[in-house]
Amino acid sequence: MTQTYEPVIGLEIHAELLTNSKMFCSCSADYGSAPEPNTLICPVCTGLPGALPVVNKKAVELAALVGLALNCSINPHNTFARKNYYYPDLPKGYQISQYELPIASNGYLDIPGDTENPQRVTVRRVHIEEDTAKLTHEKNHALVDFNRAGVPLLEIVSEPDMRNVEAALSYATRIRAILRYLEVNSGDMEKGVLRFEANISVRPSGSSELRTRTEIKNLNSFRALTRASAYEIERQIKVYEAGGEVVQETLGWDEARGVTVSQRGKEDAHDYRYFPEPDLPPLQLEPAWIASIKSLLPELPDAKTRRFMEQYELKRQEAILLTSEKPLADYFEAVVSKSRSSPKTIHSWIAGEFMRYMNDSELALENIDLPAEKFAQLIDMVTDKTVSGNSGKIVLNEMLKNGGVPQEIVKAKNLAQVSDTGFIQEAIEKILSDNPGEVEQYLAGKETIVQWLMGQVARSTKGKADPNVAKELLVKTMEKRRK
Amino acid sequence: MTGQFHTLPIHQIHQLLIDKKISSMELTQAMLRRAYEIDPKISSYVTITDDLALEQARQADDRIASGENITPLTGIPFALKDCISTRGVRTTCSSKILAEYVPQYSATVVNKLADAGAVLMGKTNMDEFGMGSSCENSAFVDTRNPWDLERVPGGSSGGSAAAVSASLCSFSLGEDTGGSVRMPAGFCNVTGIKPTYGRVSRYGLISLVSSFDCIGPMTRDVQDCAIVLEAIAGKDERDSTTFNSPVPQYHQDLNKSVKGMTIGIPKEYFVSGMEAGVESSIQEAIRTYEALGMKVREVSLPNTRYALPVYYLLLMAEASSNLARFDGTRFGLSVSENARDVIDIYLQTRREGFGDEVKRRIMLGAYALSSGYYDAYYLKAQKVRTLLRRDFETALASVDILLAPTSPTTAFKLGEKTNDPLEMYLSDIYVVATNPAGVPALALPCGFSKGMPVGMQLIGRHLDEQTLFQVGHAYQQVTDWHEQLPPI
Ligand SMILES: [Zn+2]
Repeated sequence: MTQTYEPVIGLEIHAELLTNSKMFCSCSADYGSAPEPNTLICPVCTGLPGALPVVNKKAVELAALVGLALNCSINPHNTFARKNYYYPDLPKGYQISQYELPIASNGYLDIPGDTENPQRVTVRRVHIEEDTAKLTHEKNHALVDFNRAGVPLLEIVSEPDMRNVEAALSYATRIRAILRYLEVNSGDMEKGVLRFEANISVRPSGSSELRTRTEIKNLNSFRALTRASAYEIERQIKVYEAGGEVVQETLGWDEARGVTVSQRGKEDAHDYRYFPEPDLPPLQLEPAWIASIKSLLPELPDAKTRRFMEQYELKRQEAILLTSEKPLADYFEAVVSKSRSSPKTIHSWIAGEFMRYMNDSELALENIDLPAEKFAQLIDMVTDKTVSGNSGKIVLNEMLKNGGVPQEIVKAKNLAQVSDTGFIQEAIEKILSDNPGEVEQYLAGKETIVQWLMGQVARSTKGKADPNVAKELLVKTMEKRRK
Repeated sequence: MTGQFHTLPIHQIHQLLIDKKISSMELTQAMLRRAYEIDPKISSYVTITDDLALEQARQADDRIASGENITPLTGIPFALKDCISTRGVRTTCSSKILAEYVPQYSATVVNKLADAGAVLMGKTNMDEFGMGSSCENSAFVDTRNPWDLERVPGGSSGGSAAAVSASLCSFSLGEDTGGSVRMPAGFCNVTGIKPTYGRVSRYGLISLVSSFDCIGPMTRDVQDCAIVLEAIAGKDERDSTTFNSPVPQYHQDLNKSVKGMTIGIPKEYFVSGMEAGVESSIQEAIRTYEALGMKVREVSLPNTRYALPVYYLLLMAEASSNLARFDGTRFGLSVSENARDVIDIYLQTRREGFGDEVKRRIMLGAYALSSGYYDAYYLKAQKVRTLLRRDFETALASVDILLAPTSPTTAFKLGEKTNDPLEMYLSDIYVVATNPAGVPALALPCGFSKGMPVGMQLIGRHLDEQTLFQVGHAYQQVTDWHEQLPPI
């Protein structure tokens, strides 16, 4: 019998904070908009001799907000520390970070699982640090752009509580959603504003030991996170199966080859010689200040999911989908408020045709120009049977592509649904006479043929026939032929 | 006006300037001439900024002529320790690694003095990065004591002390990490203060020990010291460790009587090893204060014996990190011949750029911070640092100020201690404890021993520079040690 293994995964998530200025100087933090390298720099963020850091208060606020959103306790007395190492992207030869006393610790995040029961992941700590400069390696040298150096960065560290890659992905996705809910990070992974580091070990199923772990650094997408984790889990299992031992080391992820690679020699065996940053006094956070930050917390995905389930009578998975992004949840609620149709119906429209369009066109919600009111009108027209469901989809796609008012599109495309029995009866008679074989089958007891015939009705009436009326007439007409 | 106005204190020159008896241009030109004539003998300057000085003197004269916005420092020539950044003027820390480094920005104190209308004469020599007690660790030149050219001026602000002593500027700024203002002040017969940590902005001061470093004036007398500190002190938004509390007008209350105040004499400072002439000068100073109506009491600073190890341990730890940025990639010396990778550039640059003492301290400091040793060294030193601070708080709860020598001996000869770092470290024994504790201390001349100046220091309560100036000024009103000039 072969041994089965259980992965043990912890994540460190680095998230840049959306502040105007950098963490310790007044340079703009918007390095993505910089016209050229090394234009958003000053003596502080380039580490010139004698320059001193000054804490960005906004960054502290945002960090506390994230801590509170992750159910952490905010440490009223927290300190900065120097993490010492040499690398050309680190101008001072140390990174100002937090070590012994981070701003927030001991929190948790419930991640939606497959079942109704969410899984709880412990958030060990949330701390503030500064981003490094950007290196561009060329043939015989490297170029350094300090525009990114000193941008506020949050590090969110979980306990190794995740037992499979899906849970890790779910946790990472949820953290991203929360950061976006809080408007502290754009979640734009392609720009590198969110980066993951996975700590992975595997152990025999049923065991509670913690075995040697490896760290995979710089995972810049959900895809990289899942692929690298899955690869590393398999690799470690193979090592144990072969009777070997996993070596504690830092790994990189080679996206092209789909393998983790040892980074020994570069990052290995670092002793960061942490000590309290003497240039910055400890941050003293008053209870009143913490309370005022807490009052800024918006409704978060979990609470919103629960509310959507109750208030709109949605299923858990439906509510989770709609609350995955705050703008989407807001949009749903806006449509609901303007519509006479049930929230369930509105959910199907949004989760169905609307999101299909978003995915196909690769557009983010904020780039879609469909006022909730018009979407609501369209859905109501379908509910009222003014247009059929299929025609509704055509109208929706037209509005998404070219804008317009639903009523006018219906008129222009001649899509109004008809419940005029004469018009429908005429169509049915023609279909039945064209398809005598199918009628025979029906009369012989094959009732499923009704669906196929209904499809013919929809086609010949261009979707305008009210399906309920059409079905009734179709069955009635065929029954008449039963002698 | 002719004569020796370069030897006059600021407050007297100021009167001559506003009375239009001399111009800043005349004064500055005379001072520059004197610097070119005399400084080759003592090497107090690393850089003389003639053009800038003449331009600033011209502007100061315009300001005085207009009668507007005149400060006590308008038109007064001064020198800066070469660890204080000056935009457009090379700032070397007397290190090869910064020999050609020209900052893009000026330190806050430099901007404040420029705004006040002071005239920058140049940058002064120091022990490399402030690491040393004799100025012999400068990568460029040994500064000599104007009182005896065979002797050291003390360190690390030796150039700033010697330049004031030899009247090559009217005042200078030094920087005191563990006595670096007070010890050379004592060796060269000038007045100098290490203010409370956080009283003067460090922005632009090239850090040695971020939690100890204090920029302080070096002057001819206490009154000048008060004037200059008033001009450079205060909250700086660019230095989070500066205090919010307003800066008192120190010079206004100088003449308050000291009668009835109490001086504490730390008994741990008066043990074996003190030169007889130093001890007798200190005893004489105590008698002078008694004659002024002050009470004298013995007090205890029980943890004094730990001050030197705690000081050096924390210094090396912080310095090892502060000096990491000198890596040859962005500014200063860069040695990359045959470098295979960036690590090679770091190694070659730092090997060539740093002197032995700097390397010694970086290595020891990195060791003290490394995992497995942190608790035993750095953390323990921080705990003892709290005890040192408490020592001063306790002692100063029962007395107004403490009085002690600045050094166990007068200035020693060049080369006398260079082969024995520990012996060199011991010359700082009386001045180091105040820096981990953060309290202010004023050094002033109090006599001579075998022809060389003796310094004493007054140590005060946190942010209470006022009492130091008041007590120091009272002494200088009845003594003339500070008016003695070297034979140069
Ligand atoms: Zn900057």
